[in-house]
Amino acid sequence: MFSVRIENVSRRGMLRGLAATGGLVLAARFLPAGPAIAADPKTGADAMPHGTVNDPRVFVSIAPDGTVSIVCHRAEMGQGVRTGIPLIVAEELEADWSRVKVVQAIGHEERYGNQDTDGSRSTRHFMKPMREVGAAARMMLEAAAAKRWNVDVKGVEAVNHQVVHHATGRKLGYGELAVEAASMPVPAQEKLSFKRPQQFRYIGKGAPIVDGPDIVTGKAQYSIDVRLDGLKYAVIARPPVHGGKLRSFDAAEALKVPGVEKVVEIAGTPPPAKFMPEGGVAVIAANTWAAIKGRDALKIEWDDGANAAHDSAKYHAEMSATAAKPGKTVRNHGNVETALEGAAKKLEAEYYIPHHAHATMEPPSATARFANGKCEVWTGVQSPQAARDDTAKRLGLQPQDVTIHTTLLGGGFGRKSKPDFAIEAAILAKEMPGTPIRVQWTREDDLQHDYYHTVSVERIEAGLDAQGKAVAWRHRSVAPTLFSIFQPDPGHESALEVGMGLVDNPFDVANLRCETGRAEARVRLGWFRSVSNIPHAFAVQCMAAEMAHAAGRDAKDYLLELLGPPRIVDPRKDGVELWNYGDDFAVYPIDTARLRRVVELAAASARWGSPLPQRQGRGIAVHRSFLTYVATVVHAAVDANGEISIPRVDVAVDCGAHVNPDRIRAQMEGACVMGQSIAQKSEITVKDGRIVEGNFDTFELVRMNEAPKEIHVHIVETGFDVPPAGVGEPGVPPFAPALVNALFAATGKRIRQLPIRDQLAG
Amino acid sequence: MVRLKVNGTERSFDGDPAMPLLWYVRDVLGLTGTKYGCGIAQCGSCTVHLDGQAVRSCQTAVGDAEGKSVTTIEGLDPRGEHPLQKAWLAVGVPQCGYCQTGQIMSAAALLKETPKPTDEDIDNAMAGNICRCGTYVRIRAAIKQAAG
Repeated sequence: MFSVRIENVSRRGMLRGLAATGGLVLAARFLPAGPAIAADPKTGADAMPHGTVNDPRVFVSIAPDGTVSIVCHRAEMGQGVRTGIPLIVAEELEADWSRVKVVQAIGHEERYGNQDTDGSRSTRHFMKPMREVGAAARMMLEAAAAKRWNVDVKGVEAVNHQVVHHATGRKLGYGELAVEAASMPVPAQEKLSFKRPQQFRYIGKGAPIVDGPDIVTGKAQYSIDVRLDGLKYAVIARPPVHGGKLRSFDAAEALKVPGVEKVVEIAGTPPPAKFMPEGGVAVIAANTWAAIKGRDALKIEWDDGANAAHDSAKYHAEMSATAAKPGKTVRNHGNVETALEGAAKKLEAEYYIPHHAHATMEPPSATARFANGKCEVWTGVQSPQAARDDTAKRLGLQPQDVTIHTTLLGGGFGRKSKPDFAIEAAILAKEMPGTPIRVQWTREDDLQHDYYHTVSVERIEAGLDAQGKAVAWRHRSVAPTLFSIFQPDPGHESALEVGMGLVDNPFDVANLRCETGRAEARVRLGWFRSVSNIPHAFAVQCMAAEMAHAAGRDAKDYLLELLGPPRIVDPRKDGVELWNYGDDFAVYPIDTARLRRVVELAAASARWGSPLPQRQGRGIAVHRSFLTYVATVVHAAVDANGEISIPRVDVAVDCGAHVNPDRIRAQMEGACVMGQSIAQKSEITVKDGRIVEGNFDTFELVRMNEAPKEIHVHIVETGFDVPPAGVGEPGVPPFAPALVNALFAATGKRIRQLPIRDQLAG
Repeated sequence: MVRLKVNGTERSFDGDPAMPLLWYVRDVLGLTGTKYGCGIAQCGSCTVHLDGQAVRSCQTAVGDAEGKSVTTIEGLDPRGEHPLQKAWLAVGVPQCGYCQTGQIMSAAALLKETPKPTDEDIDNAMAGNICRCGTYVRIRAAIKQAAG
């Protein structure tokens, strides 16, 4: 862990003062959507909308005092991207990190490249273009110094915020060179020179997050903290049933509430509505409290629509019935029927994971101001470009007439990729031109109008031969698809969803089939941190432990046997349309050597196999997601009342080349706790079409007293040659199966339905 | 008219005395370091000190603060260098950071009462503060570091 230098605090204060007087020099102007230096076709970044941009003039500016401003175009939601991305630039720029200021980009992909901050993609897709940005800027500074001194550029070198002429010892600071550097041509991609990894001082070493001092003093600006002159506050009553709509409303009582100023109807968009708001009735007031009271006083009649009878328990039973029947084959090799029939031992298990809400600690909010045909929105979104485009579409504006200012996000987890709340604010702002309007979601709004994590029944049948070796594996997954928000419900998991832990199963089993069963979405779905990896990995990794037990083998040894010898597993050979997280399989294959390595590392660190007291046990799980390999060992204890505690967790993560190790550790730690909430506590259920859980009293999350006492994270040092992979999401999927496997080891009781709650009581 | 002291400054408020202190400090006074998380005293994001005691400002009416002294995160330490704030940075606690001001306010009340807290003391004092990013292990470490 890196300790924070205390001068960090005052340094940031100093920079603020300087920035107010310093001019932006290197970035004399933003370029229009000009051609970026050709990007390497080997990265999936190119396939994303607007790809990547590596023009240094877009991302770097240097003030005369030497302050280097680096633009972060990705959204900060706790993953540390506002530190990580600028660190990459600063590395190649040879900048002194203490003189770097981070500037948050507006939503503008033509300018910055893709800004969709999800899919654990930021470092993976922007390591290379950000190195190019830094290297190009550094070479422009060197060229400027060489020109000033009238010497060969080969004799000058940028070193720690200044350019040095080695022959004469002359030095010029970056601030002194900024004006001339800005007029130097941007080097062509093939002329760029990069530091060798051994020379890195930031990449792979990291730095404390740039927003830390503001966070601990309450100065950090989240969406909810935006304050504009004349700001009004709105809360919205939305249809309680997915697909429902407003029938009629009476605002008379609401308008009597002191502070309430206006009541506005928002038209909804019937599903599939993508990110368009659900519609409803907005109460606009002088403060949040008056708006909430005003909403309480509304009299509304809803038309509940087609999902009025939706019920989670019934839906679960339907999904189970579907999982018992053959489904659509999405991967096949060998003959699983014959192999199951001929197996010496056959196991069959059904696993269930309910819907989840993202429940970011900061509920969604957005502040918008509409004036002169243009709309500005300040909000914490993972997708400022989608917020811009969809706001423009809904308001009938051109995208360039909408500006999205991205604040810090008080949690994201995929919820804030869907900018419905930003569009709501813009709609209301247009109703009151010139007046800034904050739309504030209450916690109840958040939990009852989310884009939920899917609900899933996973049924796995496995066959073992007489020696206990796995010979057959049939995995049927039944889950409604999140694509139901984008198109008429396809009724089956998409290639994206099955590619998260179902068809990319790495097990060395001769007869293997994966199927999906039909399930239609009855609530609004969306991606949630780790997405379908959560249910798929839960089922696969629990079954692995069940098979080990059936074979009388150690769970870790059996898992290694299932993973098989070190090799590349290519499901495409079995006819799978493998999306591989949007990246090239040749660059990011499914490598069982890396799976094995994290299993062995986590097990060794956890002292796997060493004795534990009664009613304590260890469980292990491993999963590759977002191109990263994570193994988790949970040491759990169960008391006489069935209460669970977790003395220790060991996580081994192999994410290839990386920037900020302490943030990797932080993400893994946090992923364990989120995984623990999923495993033990939380669940979104539906009754009569309505979400039952309304706040943290019913949608329960892990708290301090229940959290693991220790989490040890071990990062595999692969070297810089192994391409970077995801960090934000891959830590979540292995946690729940590792915990459930540990509980089995502790108690002999096998849990297959989450959340666990009191299943171990009595 | 409600009279109270906020971060040492005398204030008076002639609005609805039932308004939660949370919305008063945020919307009326512009002290946005105190966060809204649940509105029902379940998450602790809105924790402030009322006459030195940690309270959930979402469930404390402005009227209940009549004649009392409120401390928000902005008033915890004049330079933002409370031992907990320093420890939070040294340990690298925050991820998204949203809940952390409430966490620090709860921890500050704990340390005032119990300068050398045990794990159980920390569990008891901090179980009311949810962190969805899951920074609990580091919060525990930072409290211990601040306690010395």
